[in-house]
Amino acid sequence: MDEKKYAKLEKEVSPKTPLMRNVIFAFLTGGTICLIGQFVSMFYMTFFDFTERTASNPTVATMIFFAMLLTGFGQYKKIAQFGGAGSAVPITGFGNAVISAAIEHKSEGYVLGVGGNMFKLAGSVILFGVFSAFVVALIKTILVKFGVVSW
Amino acid sequence: MVSIFITAFIVGGLICVVGQLLFDVAKLTPAHTLCILVVAGSVLDGLGLYEPFIDFAGAGATIPITSFGNALTHGAMAEAEKHGLIGVVTGMFEVTSSGISSAILFGFIASLIFKSKGKVK
Repeated sequence: MDEKKYAKLEKEVSPKTPLMRNVIFAFLTGGTICLIGQFVSMFYMTFFDFTERTASNPTVATMIFFAMLLTGFGQYKKIAQFGGAGSAVPITGFGNAVISAAIEHKSEGYVLGVGGNMFKLAGSVILFGVFSAFVVALIKTILVKFGVVSW
Repeated sequence: MVSIFITAFIVGGLICVVGQLLFDVAKLTPAHTLCILVVAGSVLDGLGLYEPFIDFAGAGATIPITSFGNALTHGAMAEAEKHGLIGVVTGMFEVTSSGISSAILFGFIASLIFKSKGKVK
């Protein structure tokens, strides 16, 4: 069997990207991460002086801490392999992007490697988050100035 | 008490399903998908819809990356309310500081402790 034939055969045999399976796994993975987040924020609301809305700050920090452990021990990649967007969309995915970039570029030194590459993947999220927040807040401020809407 | 856990699970899962559909159906890269979700969160907060959504879904709304856009916009608008236009810039990271600062901090700590394992198969 020559190479072309083999490649064709392999393409036929191997399954196409199973959309339904991906969606279900993304749902379960993302749901589980949010469920853990809910437990963490419950913990902060019960034992510390946080409310439903303010608890999100320490919760996010805690989730990124978990992401650091999972990324450091090489487990987050495995979760990402079956979870797809379920592992990328929660804030842990953002944490993983920063942390894995930091670990990966460690060999290039702490200033040029870690410092320079830390936000290589997550930078676009920050850029567009900040820019859209700027535009939205600007529009709202102007609308309020003209009395169209109120705060 | 139990219902908030169920809502968090379902809502958080559904946001991830949206992300997965953007991956698979719209054929976007993860970076593009995350940017779209962040902008969506930011716009929703501009319309005043994200805070009620957090009350409804708890961590299901605060853990997905959409809440990052929401937090940025929320900080900017809260400062703009107090100080006018300049507040849009000064208030940007008021609310979302924990996400960025903990990512930087833990990222650096991780780079001190862990070694690159290479790609998993």
